[in-house]
Amino acid sequence: MWGILGRRAVDGGFSASSLRRMRSGLVSARSYAAGSKEMTVRDALNSAIDEEMSADPKVFVMGEEVGQYQGAYKITKGLLEKYGPERVYDTPITEAGFTGIGVGAAYAGLKPVVEFMTFNFSMQAIDHIINSAAKSNYMSAGQINVPIVFRGPNGAAAGVGAQHSQCYAAWYASVPGLKVLAPYSAEDARGLLKAAIRDPDPVVFLENELLYGESFPISEEALDSSFCLPIGKAKIEREGKDVTITTFSKMVGFALKAAEKLAEEGISAEVINLRSIRPLDRATINASVRKTSRLVTVEEGFPQHGVCAEICASVVEESFSYLDAPVERIAGADVPMPYAANLERLALPQVEDIVRAAKRACFRSK
Amino acid sequence: MRLAISATTYRMVLLLRDSHQIQSLVIVTPWWIRSQVLVHTKTPIVMDFPGGKVAFTPEIHFISESNEERVPCYRVLDDNGQQLTNSQFVPVSKEIAVKMYSDMVTLQMMDNIFYEAQRQGRLSFYATAFGEEAINIASAAALSPDDVIFPQYREPGVLLWRGFTLQEFANQCFGNKSDYGKGRQMPVHYGSNKLNYFTVSATIAYSLLTQLLPNAVGAAYSLKMDEKDACAVTFFGDGGSSEGDFHAALNFAAVMEAPVLFICRNNGWAISTPTSDQFRSDGVVVKGRAYGIRSIRVDGNDALAMYSAVHEAREMAIREHRPILIEALTYRVGHHSTSDDSTRYRSADEIEWWNKARNPLSRFRTWVESNGWWSDEAESDLRSKIKKEMLEAIRVAEKTEKPNLNHMFSDVYDVPPLNLREQELLVRQAIKSHPQDYPSDVPL
Repeated sequence: MWGILGRRAVDGGFSASSLRRMRSGLVSARSYAAGSKEMTVRDALNSAIDEEMSADPKVFVMGEEVGQYQGAYKITKGLLEKYGPERVYDTPITEAGFTGIGVGAAYAGLKPVVEFMTFNFSMQAIDHIINSAAKSNYMSAGQINVPIVFRGPNGAAAGVGAQHSQCYAAWYASVPGLKVLAPYSAEDARGLLKAAIRDPDPVVFLENELLYGESFPISEEALDSSFCLPIGKAKIEREGKDVTITTFSKMVGFALKAAEKLAEEGISAEVINLRSIRPLDRATINASVRKTSRLVTVEEGFPQHGVCAEICASVVEESFSYLDAPVERIAGADVPMPYAANLERLALPQVEDIVRAAKRACFRSK
Repeated sequence: MRLAISATTYRMVLLLRDSHQIQSLVIVTPWWIRSQVLVHTKTPIVMDFPGGKVAFTPEIHFISESNEERVPCYRVLDDNGQQLTNSQFVPVSKEIAVKMYSDMVTLQMMDNIFYEAQRQGRLSFYATAFGEEAINIASAAALSPDDVIFPQYREPGVLLWRGFTLQEFANQCFGNKSDYGKGRQMPVHYGSNKLNYFTVSATIAYSLLTQLLPNAVGAAYSLKMDEKDACAVTFFGDGGSSEGDFHAALNFAAVMEAPVLFICRNNGWAISTPTSDQFRSDGVVVKGRAYGIRSIRVDGNDALAMYSAVHEAREMAIREHRPILIEALTYRVGHHSTSDDSTRYRSADEIEWWNKARNPLSRFRTWVESNGWWSDEAESDLRSKIKKEMLEAIRVAEKTEKPNLNHMFSDVYDVPPLNLREQELLVRQAIKSHPQDYPSDVPL
């Protein structure tokens, strides 16, 4: 199933729809079926929640503004009307409260999908995510499992300042007992969210606000209501043989653009969309590095103790003798996110940074 | 306001005046105008702000920080265990009363013996419930087995009432193979799915006070959605009521109309912090009203009062889909835990007084005996039976093997992921290569 979107179009010539797809950062097979559908990430998430709620009466949604307001980012649009206020619950503004309540409901057998308006607000509730949800199955020796999903936008948006721009992937992915997912495309969003809702363990689902409005092609298979992606498997978005670029969420788009630029200079980059931060698909990453001998890892979050640090450690531990160059890490600047647009741009990885890092790894530049 | 009005309107105006909407009416009628009416309208008595109608007042008046009189405390038995006249309470049968008293004795003896075991170095840790036996047992007795319990850590009596055996308690404290927690928790972190008692560990522990409170509300919501004849019950102390989770849980429970009982064991001390340093309100009971929650203050050392209060609260919670707050006043006779020596911050006399003069066991025993349901002989028989059982339970628990190595890696997730399976293999390999570094009494 990953082949559908991952293949690079070999022949030249561009149609309008493929230009649009390329702008969205995904090099897809425009030679695919005429009338291939497109879907925004927002619709993908909405349809995933809708289908899971329809299939299982124990699934319910809670969070601030999810009901009457149709969702702060309209992800839960239409759900209140369809399922009623008992299953689409507008909570008071107490993250610690409603997260604890969601976990309590999960203890008692329901399957909550808890929305955080952004993951920055999840810090108010992190005690419940880690200590009430993540550790419960272990501490109770398997007696209490917590089939809950915590979802919401993560990472930088555009001009929202330091307290609304942090990436929490590394924080949550360091905790045993949690599963942490980060979708990129609409297919990722659908498949991973469905898998998360069905999973008996607590899942932290990191979306990205800027991706909500982006459209991606979506296959018939992905539109089916039983569609599900495996948790813990990364996806090779673009195959290559000279350098491996691993990343997740919005940065996948940037990495693909970088790969295009690198291709013009004769460097064939393999782009891996991690999809799952915990469990990390070390097998896929290492297999790729053993093929290309070079690694560039990219993330939006702070550099110290980040996801990239973990990937670098894993590759150095397992594929050291295959490396032809030092591992490269591209991360956000080690500062709280500034507000001014020019500073914000400088604080986040850009396509040029990825290109330069790949070239360094290939000894093409300093 | 001056108006020119017709006769009909004038009649309407008189009606309005009579209904007190108008403060005064002055009629001025020069001959060339039919009538001129001065109408002073009163400010409306009530107005609709978001949240509902409120009456206005021209006086500047601050609600006092406390009532003149503290909220009275409900009790049925006096200090000597005699039933008070005019006392209202839910009657208990002989069977229930005897079980309640016996379980209170068992709890006290179990605590004594485990405490001593810790002092002897056989247990790493223990926390007693001395002085709070009535709260433990009477509340459990008033609930049904379907009610889900979210404990703090001073309520093992609830498990005891529901049938957890002394052996099972001992197994958890010793962290052996038969422990339901597979050796993952400190002592007193009991749990039992079967008995609807959430593992104390599962969230709470000492650093996570009242963490289970919002969880209880969520579980209650789930019970309500499933229309079960059951409620959620959660316990916490005076100190616990200061946690943010307390605020969140009570607020949500009220808004969600969740059938949950919040039982506060106000025992006067949060480790070394007395209640005067914990809050400045009249205890915890007054906080219920702030959230729109029905509340009651009970004498926690009065088994009958506790039983009745919890019984009534449970009915209300389930029938009316509402949370109830119960503040049980009591005294923590024991130290906070075996890591504490409370004589460092309170007088030994104070502790002695509460232990002797206000002991919940002796008060209830007097009442049970007054009904002819108990005797000295029954007492000594019970005590010697329990002592024997306890010592045997400890002996067996101590001898039982510890849990297997694979239990270090299981239950992190539903299904162990690849990285954990790899780690387990690495550990086993390391043990094989260096057997002298691995304890001989832990099974592989």
